[in-house]
Amino acid sequence: MTATLTTPPATSSTIPLTHGRLPRWAPGLVAVVAIAAAGLFPLLLGWGVVPWVIVSVIFYIGGLTLWAAVVETRRSAVDRMVTSLVWTAFAIALVPLVSLLWTVISKGLPAINSTFLTYSAFRTSLDQPVGIYHAIMGTLVITFCAAVISVPIGIFAAIYLVEYGKGNRLARGITFLVDVMTGIPSIVAGLFAFSMFTLFFGAGYRSGIGGAVALSLLMIPIVVRSTEEMLRLVPDDLREAAYALGTPKWRTITKVVLRTSLGGIITGVTLATARIIGETAPLLLIAGLTTRTNMNPFDGFMTTLPVFIYSQFQKGTPADFDLAWGTALVLVVIVLLLNIAARVIGKIFAPKTGR
Amino acid sequence: MAKSIDVSELDIYYGDFLAVQGVNMTIQAKSVTAFIGPSGCGKSTFLRSLNRMHEVIPGARVEGKVMVDGQSLYEPNVDPVAVRRQIGMVFQRPNPFPTMSIYENVLAGNRLNAKKMKKAEADEIVESSLRGANLWTEVKDRLGRPGMGLSGGQQQRLCIARAIAVQPEVLLMDEPCSALDPISTSAIEDLIHELKTEYTIVIVTHNMQQAARVSDETGFFNLKAAGEPGHLVEFNSTQKMFANPDNESTEAYISGRFG
Ligand SMILES: Nc1ncnc2c1ncn2[C@@H]1O[C@H](COP(=O)(O)OP(=O)(O)OP(=O)(O)O)[C@@H](O)[C@H]1O
Ligand SMILES: [Mg+2]
Repeated sequence: MTATLTTPPATSSTIPLTHGRLPRWAPGLVAVVAIAAAGLFPLLLGWGVVPWVIVSVIFYIGGLTLWAAVVETRRSAVDRMVTSLVWTAFAIALVPLVSLLWTVISKGLPAINSTFLTYSAFRTSLDQPVGIYHAIMGTLVITFCAAVISVPIGIFAAIYLVEYGKGNRLARGITFLVDVMTGIPSIVAGLFAFSMFTLFFGAGYRSGIGGAVALSLLMIPIVVRSTEEMLRLVPDDLREAAYALGTPKWRTITKVVLRTSLGGIITGVTLATARIIGETAPLLLIAGLTTRTNMNPFDGFMTTLPVFIYSQFQKGTPADFDLAWGTALVLVVIVLLLNIAARVIGKIFAPKTGR
Repeated sequence: MAKSIDVSELDIYYGDFLAVQGVNMTIQAKSVTAFIGPSGCGKSTFLRSLNRMHEVIPGARVEGKVMVDGQSLYEPNVDPVAVRRQIGMVFQRPNPFPTMSIYENVLAGNRLNAKKMKKAEADEIVESSLRGANLWTEVKDRLGRPGMGLSGGQQQRLCIARAIAVQPEVLLMDEPCSALDPISTSAIEDLIHELKTEYTIVIVTHNMQQAARVSDETGFFNLKAAGEPGHLVEFNSTQKMFANPDNESTEAYISGRFG
């Protein structure tokens, strides 16, 4: 032992602390060269843009990795390769999103004007403008009712699972059922609501509340899951701190656990709402189809935006298509607003670190 | 106001795992009692069983008797919430409430129990508690800032202020100074000296000098062997413990010749 300690480590001078680095502009240069080189294929063989892009990316990744392997170390070559692959995957993931948004905006924007948003599709004379006011209101009312049903049930179920159930039989059963519910096809939820309301109110009963019940079947498991995650994130230290001050369990839950996770819970609820707002199939069954504005969820047919889009595509004239695309844009904007709201609310209620 | 605690034949379990076995001791009212012992021997576990915080952990249970001023803590009709209101606790790791400001953190014990009080009264409690924990001068200009924005040692003193703000009759402290600098440590020790005129204080510490400085009586916990439950080796007046303890292993531990 002492001998090895007293001799200076012989290897210290052979471990270099520096190695060659590619210049900052290296990736840019490789990109230009790769695009230019891959450009030969469209020029000579008449390929389209898509193969050109694909070949460019392959050239870029290969070229940069090789160059880094020669000049830099093995590790940084792998680093550059994986970094490029991750960016490529990210770009591929963005393609459908951007193209979807582009299609909806370019086709939907021309349809949107003031009468489009303020008139219903019900016309008393042929020169009257057609709008989607009835569907906007239908969507808002039904979604609101679904949220009113699902949020308390979902949050209370999650509180039970995390704070009281902790791995007992009932809790495990509930978790299992929630998992099953997550996988229920929406049309089955619609059938369930339809048969339930038929059972209670007789055949042919249709109303917005039926749609809300069907949607809440889809929303509850999402709310339970997201709330559960958030409650589990609250450290036990905080619960114990509250208990040690002589706080009863229910106050600890309401004032410490829920308060600490409030931002996350609201975000989860908002995202769950955004998720169900686009449901079509169950509402076709139970909420019906109408051209008139109906604000009463307990009586009469009620049309939502997705159902309206579907019915417009069924009709099939170019004018109907335009209306459908405009409606789609409105729906996308609503979902977008909900997502933004979720982020803002999450920020506002997040625990402050003060640093 | 202060209360004495009588423990007899206490066994403490985590599920099937027996963590601490057969503890007998009497903790005097209006005095400071220190627990020392190697890591993992069950000091925190025992301390938590004194205010029924132990049972908060799923599966955790206790067998034996803990009497506080003649009242048995583990009788079925005893309300653990009421127990914890009278027996406060400072934890090993600082745990201020992240959603609350410094001011609200100090008042948490009152606010969480929806106790109504006037602004002046609340201000008074906040100032005196923070002064007591030697934190007042550092935070008096930023009482509205989040408690999580403080340094680790400041957070621990905030937790001490929070615990004394509800004026418990017994204060249990689990290594309250392990994250503190010598100045704050000595402030906490001064605080302990002050508090002991009114409160019963039980403190766990790894610092022998601290145990010698602040406590009137000391208990030494140890493991019989690795994998065996922890137990109380010796419980004596601090003076005797540090001068000539009855037990050999106590002397070995205190003088640093352990293991
Ligand atoms: N939540 C728990 N679940 C199961 N076992 C636990 C739990 N907490 C502690 N234990 C076990 O109980 C024994 C005593 O632990 P305890 O935390 O009381 O030790 P300690 O004396 O406070 O140690 P330290 O000085 O490191 O804080 C240890 O064997 C530990 O592994
Ligand atoms: Mg401990």
